Amino acid sequence: MTLAINVRGLNKSFGDKHVVQDVSLQVEEGKICGFLGPNGSGKTTTLRMLCGLLTPDSGAGTALGLDIITQANLIKRRAGYMTQKFSLYEDLTIEENLQFSARIHSLDRRKERVDQALERLGLIERRGQLAGSLSGGWKQRLALATATLHEPKLLLLDEPTAGVDPKARRTFWDEIHALSAEGLTVLVSTHYMDEAERCHEIAYISYGRLIARGTAQQVIESTHLITFNGEGPGIDRLSVEIGKLPGVDMAAPFGQSLHVSGVDRPALEAALAPYRRAPFKWTEVEPSLEDVFIRLMETSEDNFK
Amino acid sequence: MNGFSATRVLAVMIKEFKQLTRDRLTYAMMLAIPVVQLLLFGYAINSEPRHLPTALLVQEDSVFARSITAALKNSAYFDLVAQARTPAELDEMVRRGEVQFAITIPGDFTRRVARGDQAQILVDVDATDPSATGAAVAALAALPQQALANDLKGALAARGQAAPPFEVIVHRRYNPEAITAYNIVPGLLGIILSMTLVMMTALSVTREAERGTMESLLATPVEPIEVMAGKLAPYVFVGLIQTAIILLLARFLFDVPMMGGWLGLSLGVALFIVGSLALGFLMSTVARTQLQAMQMSMFYILPSILLSGFMFPFRGMPAWAQAIGEVVPVTHFLRVVRGALLKGQGIEDMWRELLALTAFVCVVTALAMARYRRTLD
Ligand SMILES: Nc1ncnc2c1ncn2[C@@H]1O[C@H](COP(=O)(O)OP(=O)(O)OP(=O)(O)O)[C@@H](O)[C@H]1O
Ligand SMILES: [Mg+2]
Repeated sequence: MTLAINVRGLNKSFGDKHVVQDVSLQVEEGKICGFLGPNGSGKTTTLRMLCGLLTPDSGAGTALGLDIITQANLIKRRAGYMTQKFSLYEDLTIEENLQFSARIHSLDRRKERVDQALERLGLIERRGQLAGSLSGGWKQRLALATATLHEPKLLLLDEPTAGVDPKARRTFWDEIHALSAEGLTVLVSTHYMDEAERCHEIAYISYGRLIARGTAQQVIESTHLITFNGEGPGIDRLSVEIGKLPGVDMAAPFGQSLHVSGVDRPALEAALAPYRRAPFKWTEVEPSLEDVFIRLMETSEDNFK
Repeated sequence: MNGFSATRVLAVMIKEFKQLTRDRLTYAMMLAIPVVQLLLFGYAINSEPRHLPTALLVQEDSVFARSITAALKNSAYFDLVAQARTPAELDEMVRRGEVQFAITIPGDFTRRVARGDQAQILVDVDATDPSATGAAVAALAALPQQALANDLKGALAARGQAAPPFEVIVHRRYNPEAITAYNIVPGLLGIILSMTLVMMTALSVTREAERGTMESLLATPVEPIEVMAGKLAPYVFVGLIQTAIILLLARFLFDVPMMGGWLGLSLGVALFIVGSLALGFLMSTVARTQLQAMQMSMFYILPSILLSGFMFPFRGMPAWAQAIGEVVPVTHFLRVVRGALLKGQGIEDMWRELLALTAFVCVVTALAMARYRRTLD
């Protein structure tokens, strides 16, 4: 087993804000690792440190076997990075942006590669259109095509599918899986639960600390969360009321049903007892990733305070 | 390390060039500014500089010669900086621009004064910058008469009361008709190039930072020197076009004489364009926003206009201003352009200025490379 990413004890502060704290992360070659966490938790900052855009205050490690501090330039040749904010040239056309990327990586068969990328994107006819005039989702797709043009061995994607429609997202993930089958390693940050579930493993970061790690199943189990699903007319309206009860960590409406979770089974049962009556129907369910993440967010917030 | 890659330079260059041509307004401005400025600065601002460097060639040892020398030393207009031994040496001093005035007291001066026979004092003026010399020339005409008033008493007293016993022959060189445009127009070349080029590159890096494209650029293997070379190249081209426009207008609209010195001029122009662009690049590594970059380039333009000898004659400025002026690259560029166009100076006459411009390019490039941030920290 080779590790495509292997970093230990990464720290980064901006001023007196300690944004990334002791983050250690190992990702096996060929794996897709989902990088999750609330806004401002340090995902972008961590990705930037991995590809040499930020220098960690302390900590060390390798990406693709290369030292992230001293060999950043070699990493840049072999890794692809897609920024969270669109960062291609809006005043260049789609084709020109791809050409720029091809040249800057000193690729051979540039025309062929650019044409292929355009074809895969389905943008052959619109190749002369300015990148700035593309819709949000298309910009993301172009950015991904640009980041993968030089056939990187490691792909760092920062919310690549934000604003992308479901069909394009499906295509995107199919492509990511195809690439990973060929040995590409992907670290992808996202806020979408369905995407997290499509990853081989996930890393959850909160307030700069990596607090959960493993497959989706492992992460769910590690929180020891117990979830009841309640159904019945008007049950979703009870979420606030139930949420305040002792033993209930959270109550979240899902359409017509309500997810009530907690870690203390007797307390949770006791809290729900008054509601175990017609027309409501309760069943214990496996907590969803979302339940788990919201739980993680809330507990780490408490730790932080 | 990545080494240096021409392909990556080309990548940046092509990108910059396309962005430039797509930004029609900027493109048009870059070409319109030279024309507009040139037309606006039709006339110069006059001032009355003093302490102009003067060389003296005395071909006879006489009472008259000594009192004229003394009078020159006392005059606020002239600084006697050199004594030439031969006419050729004197001539060389003017051509090199070491002195602005060359005064000759001929060997038969006393004899002619005594005989009342058309005695002459010869004055050669470097009139490239007419506003610098006008007042001094007028002062010069009166000077010897006052100086000699005492000596003319005695044996020559009778003549002293009558018409002046000698005349001052002023010979304006390089710009005999004292046309200010001859001086202003070549000067404008330096000012226009500074104004437009420094600003263009100063904006180009900060723009990448502001638009967020810097993040992508930094994530590629491109080296700082490659970014710099690629970003400068299209604007070198723009600078050359501007130079061509200005020189053509100077020739055909203002009839500025062009005496030659093309090799030195070309070298000077090339160095100055690259230096100005590199300076803009340096500014953009310091400035955080495009607005800051703009303000910095304005800050640079002021001394370039005021202290370079463009607006006010260099030798008319107080010593401290001259000291600052010597550090301003435009000062040296102006000397190259005026020297080449108006005096036909060759490289052997202007190597000091060319050396100064070379130093400018090297220092600014080194600083820019030291300042360029490879990360977003
Ligand atoms: N250049 C910077 N200077 C100062 N603070 C910064 C800088 N970059 C990020 N931060 C701060 O660091 C924290 C983490 O930011 P980061 O962008 O890594 O979060 P994130 O997990 O990517 O969030 P999001 O999901 O919203 O993209 C935030 O509080 C942010 O304000
Ligand atoms: Mg982010």
